[in-house]
Amino acid sequence: MNNPLLTINNLSTWFQTAQGEARAVDGVSFALHRGETFALLGESGCGKSITALSVMRLVPEPAGRIVSGEVLLHEQNLLSLTEREMQSIRGRKIGMIFQEPQSSLNPVMSVGKQIKEVLDLHFSLSKVQAKRRTLELLDLVRIPDPDRRYREYPHQLSGGMKQRIMIAMALAGEPEILIADEPTTALDVTTQAQILSLLKQLQQETGMAMLLITHDLGVVAQVADRVAVMYAGHLVELAGQQDFFTQVAHPYTKKLFASLPTDVKRDRPLEIIRGSVPSLTQSFAGCRFANRCDFVQAKCEASEPPWQQLSSDHQARCFFPELRQPEGQKDSSLIVGTESNTQGVKLEIKNLQVHFPIHQGLMKRTAGYVYAVDGIDLTLEAGKTLALVGESGCGKTTVGKAILQLLRPTAGEVNFNGQDLTQLSQSQLRPMRRDFQFIFQDPYSSMNPRMLVEDILLEGMLAQNIGDNARQRAARVKTLLERVGLPAQAGSRYAHEFSGGQRQRICIARALAVEPKLIVCDEPTSALDVSVQAQILNLLKELQLEHGLSYLFITHNISVVEYLADEVAVMYLGRIVEQGSVRELLDSPKHPYTIALLAAVPKIEEERSMMKLQLGGEIPSPSNPPQGCHFHPRCAHATEQCRQTYPATTRISDSHEVRCHLFG
Amino acid sequence: MQQALSNPHTRAKWRLVFARPIAMASATLLLLFVSVALLDSIHFRLAMPFQDKGEVEFQNEVKSVLDVVLVRILPAAETTYSAPLAQYSFSKETIRLEDGSTIRSYPRLQHGGAHLIGSRKPRAQDIAERLLLSVFEAVICSGILLLLLAALIKSERQESISIRAKEILVGTTTVPWRASLIVVFFIMVLVFVIINLGSVYHLFGTDKVGADVLYQAIKSIRTGITIGTVTTLIMLPVALALGMSAGYFGGRTDDIIQYFYTTLSSIPGVLLIASASLMLDLYMEQYEELFRSIAQRQDVRLLALCFILGITSWTGLCRLLRAEVLKLKEMDYVQAAHAFGVSQVLILLRHLLPNIMHIVLITIVLDFSGLVLAEAVLSYIGIGVDPTMESWGNMINRARLEMARDPMVWWSLATAFFFMLTLVLSANLFADAVRDAFDPRSH
Repeated sequence: MNNPLLTINNLSTWFQTAQGEARAVDGVSFALHRGETFALLGESGCGKSITALSVMRLVPEPAGRIVSGEVLLHEQNLLSLTEREMQSIRGRKIGMIFQEPQSSLNPVMSVGKQIKEVLDLHFSLSKVQAKRRTLELLDLVRIPDPDRRYREYPHQLSGGMKQRIMIAMALAGEPEILIADEPTTALDVTTQAQILSLLKQLQQETGMAMLLITHDLGVVAQVADRVAVMYAGHLVELAGQQDFFTQVAHPYTKKLFASLPTDVKRDRPLEIIRGSVPSLTQSFAGCRFANRCDFVQAKCEASEPPWQQLSSDHQARCFFPELRQPEGQKDSSLIVGTESNTQGVKLEIKNLQVHFPIHQGLMKRTAGYVYAVDGIDLTLEAGKTLALVGESGCGKTTVGKAILQLLRPTAGEVNFNGQDLTQLSQSQLRPMRRDFQFIFQDPYSSMNPRMLVEDILLEGMLAQNIGDNARQRAARVKTLLERVGLPAQAGSRYAHEFSGGQRQRICIARALAVEPKLIVCDEPTSALDVSVQAQILNLLKELQLEHGLSYLFITHNISVVEYLADEVAVMYLGRIVEQGSVRELLDSPKHPYTIALLAAVPKIEEERSMMKLQLGGEIPSPSNPPQGCHFHPRCAHATEQCRQTYPATTRISDSHEVRCHLFG
Repeated sequence: MQQALSNPHTRAKWRLVFARPIAMASATLLLLFVSVALLDSIHFRLAMPFQDKGEVEFQNEVKSVLDVVLVRILPAAETTYSAPLAQYSFSKETIRLEDGSTIRSYPRLQHGGAHLIGSRKPRAQDIAERLLLSVFEAVICSGILLLLLAALIKSERQESISIRAKEILVGTTTVPWRASLIVVFFIMVLVFVIINLGSVYHLFGTDKVGADVLYQAIKSIRTGITIGTVTTLIMLPVALALGMSAGYFGGRTDDIIQYFYTTLSSIPGVLLIASASLMLDLYMEQYEELFRSIAQRQDVRLLALCFILGITSWTGLCRLLRAEVLKLKEMDYVQAAHAFGVSQVLILLRHLLPNIMHIVLITIVLDFSGLVLAEAVLSYIGIGVDPTMESWGNMINRARLEMARDPMVWWSLATAFFFMLTLVLSANLFADAVRDAFDPRSH
């Protein structure tokens, strides 16, 4: 093997916290070769971003400091350079792109200027040359019409476009290494697919090395050449892509794979990792994963396992990498439901419309409408789960809020148990609200930071007069907390004292407190790590069987849909384009948008095919939807008819319908 | 509100505030000012000395507890200007000597430095002795206080008093008692200086009619504090109610409230205050029988000023609160409360109010010093408090002519300035600490 481009030896970065010194990165070593994509995989808080920041010497001081180790770039130790010397490395030798393109761009500077600024920093180009190079870069990152985009400001661009600009800026210095810190986490799957294939192509064209930081196994499967798994501040497994996905070695990595929801695991609970990540303020005597490992033995707790070479390109920090869960054991705990209390809850939505007026001018005249939801029909049976799938901005959250009358629909009916909710006044609705509840995406903002957990749970009970007296309600709070897997004493603490997964459990308990029949779940797991997501999904599934709950599950995560949903509706620009049972829809999608959406999801099992069907362009503005079929500007099969009229509903089977001219 | 205060969050934040030496020091100073103002607010009328058996008659003059204390301590009035710590008058007068001849000279003051008449001790030596005595007394008192404090804290732990006292002095306690003690020490030095030195000299001189300037400055504390607090109390409910309803209900309510405060804040405040002040003057002239004593007149004018200042100053806070509530009402937890069918009033009280309290707190403490200064400016141009009332603004207003004299009479202005600076500076420093602790963006 040729000499590595970047070598990291025993890097340690510690942070000063109230609890003591946290060893965020604790002895990390790996090497990055020319032209290779190295993925650093790990859950939040494992230290992967700090590793990248340490390489760039961008660790926020004085809270954090690089304690030891070396970062060698061409035999030169970056950690011993002065700040001034380091400035010539950043951007020029090592470029970096971040998760949030939104906050990484200066909102008052045109994007062209921002790219040019980077060029001026590293090269002495004339004005004309710099501009020409900027346009080249815009072209390189596949931005259509670079001349026009050059003069535009960040707010005029979509999220995917902004990430392309960020990539162009990172490439402006012609770096040898590109560090990409969760470059697609904030983006939709179709955009993610575009950005990932762009990065891969750029890498082939320029021959640079890429350090990709991600939590997404699917992304790793799609683009990585080598993978390092990080846990609690150090690496636990290091492998080539092939070995990694065929012979997982470390129990932690095995668990990560097992906790991914897929349709194969539908009828049994997902595997979870028990316990939680150990505090990083301690020094570890044994294996860091020992307290959560299924195969833990006395040896694991006593001494730290050394690297075990499993093959030429595969090593793991585990004493017993060959141990595997016996196959039979997994299936023992099938989720068995009692189809008992599923009486009479039926949600029926007819022609639901939510239009937001756009006010303009001094007199606030209505200049137009945002057609957030533009006539959708849905039916949800008792005890079933309907998944509403679509990219951000397609109006799926608005549907959820409109069903619960948190937003009053412009038109249409929401029939719940035979009663049209849209016709009821706020005071008539109030007693009915106990029947339908909402679980929010962000477990951090969905609870009042100034209320105790028990008060949060009591709020709904008090509003709906559940429980006869304070004692009964207090007892119920305890039962609920225990039901969602939290200690009963959790009630006397504040929400911010809990982790994201625990907070989401509290939110679930809060919704359950009023004994609802329908829960609208708005991406309840998208802010959580995979292993925590598995716990929440298991809980939701158990609760559904226990209480006969109906879920309207709003998500963009197809694997969650596969695992949880009975029926799926695909939404595009305020309308449902395809709808059917989960089996039919995922196995034989009909609408070109559904096909593209499913293809864009990075999958582990699949052979990687970067040139596979990819959706170009961006989702149009809902205030000015295209004429005819909303999807026609991005559709490969668009005909003249598609440009003229919106397609009618076509039934493929009893439980599968699509709105596309191809089938009409 | 009660919930917000009992919240351990909030308590932790307050502990953070008082963990800062500067905050602790300024809080101690503020406490002193407030207690002086309170002493000055307990009013009474003395019974007439010679009475028949039946009805008790009272003197016309209303006094406060502070008056009684100060009259005991401070020397009585002279006839005209005298410089700080002077023995002789500031201007020459014709003095008739014992032998009947007259000369033009600086006459000896009747009260300031009168104890030196007959003794051979020079004035400078006397002053130095008294200063030293004051410091000595302050040291002793602080020492006693330190031991008391150590004894009080000790009850929670096991160490002896001397160890605790040492800890306080070294400054290793969690609450910075040392800073507070240092401030208390300086305050004590001041108090003893006033007792030892201010009782025989006019510490800050006298004004045109011979009144003690120190007395005026101390009496002005109540005016300043009242303006600051009462105005805030008037403005706060208005700002809270209007700001929150504008942000929360939106639509027409928001339009009306916005229109209202935009209009109000575009009228020059001074103009509003001037017109209100003139109207009140007219009213008081017409119904003179309603306002018997001078103190009553003064207080009515003071309250009126607070009221009009309150009416014009709520707009800033209202605007801030509206913006914050606009943001908060879109938070998921407010949506969740809606989904539970919680009533609007409860949502406002339980979810919004506690989450905007930090803004309210910061604004109140910052506004306070602004209002104290506003009083000075308004009194200076003659539309503030009653001209007969003791206030720093009035002192500065009178000092206008004094500054034009030659030699200059500077001490009225300097004293007013010194007192005002101390109050405003400690209020601002305290506000800084409060903001640092409570402002979520500062972390």
